[in-house]
Amino acid sequence: MFDTLTLAALPPEDEALRPQIRAFIASHVAGLPADRRARSWQGFDAAFSRALGQAGFLGLTLPKAYGGQERGPFARFVVVEELLSAGAPVAAHWIADRQSAPLILGYGTDEQRRSYIPRICRGEALFCIGMSEPGSGSDLASVRTRAERTDKGWRVNGQKIWTTNAMHSDYMIALVRTSGTPEDRHAGLSQLIIDLKAPGVSVRPIVDLTGDAHFAEVFFDNVELSADALIGREGEGWKQVTAELAFERSGPERIYSSVVLLDAWIRHVQAVGRGDAGVLTGRFMAEIATLRAMSIACTARLALGESPVVEASIVKDRGTTFEQDLPVAIGDDLAAHPDEPVSDELYRTLLYVTHIAPSFSLRGGTREILRGIIARGMGLR
Amino acid sequence: MDAHALLEPFDRMLAAISAPAAVRAVEAGGDASAMLSELAQSGFLDALVPEEAGGAGLSLAGIAPLIEAIGAHAVPLPVAETMVARALLARAGVASRDGPIALATAGVPGQIVPCGLVAAHVLIDLGDRLVLASADALAVTPTGVHHALAARIGWEGTPVGRDITRPPAGLRALAAIVRATLIAGAAHRLLEVTTRHANERVQFGKPIGRQQALQQNLAVMAENAVAARIAAQLGCAQGLDVSLAAAAVAKSTASSVAARLAGTAHAVHGAIGISEEFDLQLLTRRLHEWRLADGSEGYWNGVLGAARLADPAGSVDWIRAEVFA
Ligand SMILES: Cc1cc2nc3c(=O)[nH]c(=O)nc-3n(C[C@H](O)[C@H](O)[C@H](O)COP(=O)(O)OP(=O)(O)OC[C@H]3O[C@@H](n4cnc5c(N)ncnc54)[C@H](O)[C@@H]3O)c2cc1C
Repeated sequence: MFDTLTLAALPPEDEALRPQIRAFIASHVAGLPADRRARSWQGFDAAFSRALGQAGFLGLTLPKAYGGQERGPFARFVVVEELLSAGAPVAAHWIADRQSAPLILGYGTDEQRRSYIPRICRGEALFCIGMSEPGSGSDLASVRTRAERTDKGWRVNGQKIWTTNAMHSDYMIALVRTSGTPEDRHAGLSQLIIDLKAPGVSVRPIVDLTGDAHFAEVFFDNVELSADALIGREGEGWKQVTAELAFERSGPERIYSSVVLLDAWIRHVQAVGRGDAGVLTGRFMAEIATLRAMSIACTARLALGESPVVEASIVKDRGTTFEQDLPVAIGDDLAAHPDEPVSDELYRTLLYVTHIAPSFSLRGGTREILRGIIARGMGLR
Repeated sequence: MDAHALLEPFDRMLAAISAPAAVRAVEAGGDASAMLSELAQSGFLDALVPEEAGGAGLSLAGIAPLIEAIGAHAVPLPVAETMVARALLARAGVASRDGPIALATAGVPGQIVPCGLVAAHVLIDLGDRLVLASADALAVTPTGVHHALAARIGWEGTPVGRDITRPPAGLRALAAIVRATLIAGAAHRLLEVTTRHANERVQFGKPIGRQQALQQNLAVMAENAVAARIAAQLGCAQGLDVSLAAAAVAKSTASSVAARLAGTAHAVHGAIGISEEFDLQLLTRRLHEWRLADGSEGYWNGVLGAARLADPAGSVDWIRAEVFA
């Protein structure tokens, strides 16, 4: 079973990107303290994202014809690995680069591709994902936000929630009902590109338990959209959103959320010269190395043009488990040495990651849902 | 020669000579010589020996699927260990010996060695050199564990045998990678039989595999099996001149999932999995034995962590340089 997840190497031409992206990161984020860098996915810096785009580090998987670099998933792996292990603030371009642009490339008209993708590659068009609603979390097919046809296009009413970066974004790709009722489940759903500056859209940020506001509620009150807001085909929204989730879930980024904390802790242990942290450190190294190998194996399937949803779920579930174990074990190690001073920076990083860690196995599909996908891949359902 | 082309005939041979009944017979003290001569005649024991020395000249990564198959078939002989030992002998220019060779990686008398009871020779790491000793010249004592083929290997003073150059990272690192690969093979077989059982066993009017709680546990089991295999592949990628770090990643990961995999497999099987006549125990007993052999996860974590803490680099950079290079 799962014989396709086998050791793969990063091609040398993609490895060659590493010194360049490293130098770029060093010149942009070197001064940030660890507790800022630990936010990485949630660190919003539009100027940084635009600079990345100008330097050619966005759109690595996208065709040159639309402003991309046409290099493929391995190149993206190298760049993303460097960004995340340094804790660079990637939130501004993250969603557009990872899934909105590939979705538009796959299902959009040529006009839509030309309109959005080059701007995404420059880090200038920011996107958010409008899937979840108050009554629709894991059961995504039950969405109630509706779009009706009008003379000029579409009229949208309803509400999304937990929408990452809605308050900073230019567009939302929303999953909405265009016919039938929630009882019709997968039939009658469509995806619309909603200009968040359109009249009738209101965005209310939601503050999380760490004090950050990275996600939001978004309300649609008779929002009028032109006909070209529809992406792909009417009624095909479920199929498209499944493909979009495959982009979201197949990335290498599901293993590095706590790595800034890991390195801050290792620097602490090295500085105090303590000899009893070796076994724990070794466990972390064995786990992270194994996960990296799994993640590259998954990337290799992407590079072959596959959509490795089951394999990616394996990497994500195991990766987020590791990401969540890290702050627990590090907290125990530090507090098992109560007479050893811990810097504010390390302490804040530890508590930030500890508090935000539950989200690692919620965003992009919960642990239980992913294990269900794996079980289906095993022929159990 | 392409190892993948070899896998099919090798697997077919193992299925024929190492069927569960044959495994049980050897474990009960029966004669393994027929199994052994079949293996010797097949030529596979020299898979890692260079072509100029009469072997197949395959790499460790190349034969990893074969080692996995040995694990999956619960072969009651140290076949993978013998392959590695014969390669080390050929390298040292020492004429190869007939019969199975076990690997003793601790350097102290009294250590527990997998397949020690059925080995004709033991390759012992004494820290500065390896010694190939005949089992007849060693004290080989059963451990007393039911049906286990592991044995305590002892000697007086220093063991008598042929000296061989010690690989720089030591025999334990190489043995750990082989062990991790055996674990990966057994783990995947265990996953298959457990998934099949979940789809066939009916309770409450439907296969137990339809129960979400079991599906979730089986999904984690799959993750663990995948992790063991890829970690073993990381180890094998370095060939016979293994690095300590790659060996540590391989064995730490494989050992830490081995016990969990065995636990889930038994839980899903229920009582029948505990019974001696059911084949599950042939695999799960081995998983536990291999987990402990050549250093457990705790041992290798200590090795890996000490190396990591001695380096100022970031963690991702460190594993790229030490494990993936
Ligand atoms: C940081 C963060 C960012 C997010 N960003 C976005 C975004 O940008 N856009 C967006 O659309 N959404 C976003 N989400 C929402 C996310 O997709 C949902 O949280 C997720 O799909 C789960 O939905 P829920 O929170 O309503 O939980 P529920 O679906 O209510 O689940 C609650 C619990 O029940 C379990 N459960 C539910 N159904 C089953 C089942 N059938 N079997 C077993 N267990 C089950 C779940 O696993 C979970 O443990 C974000 C969430 C977080 C935490």
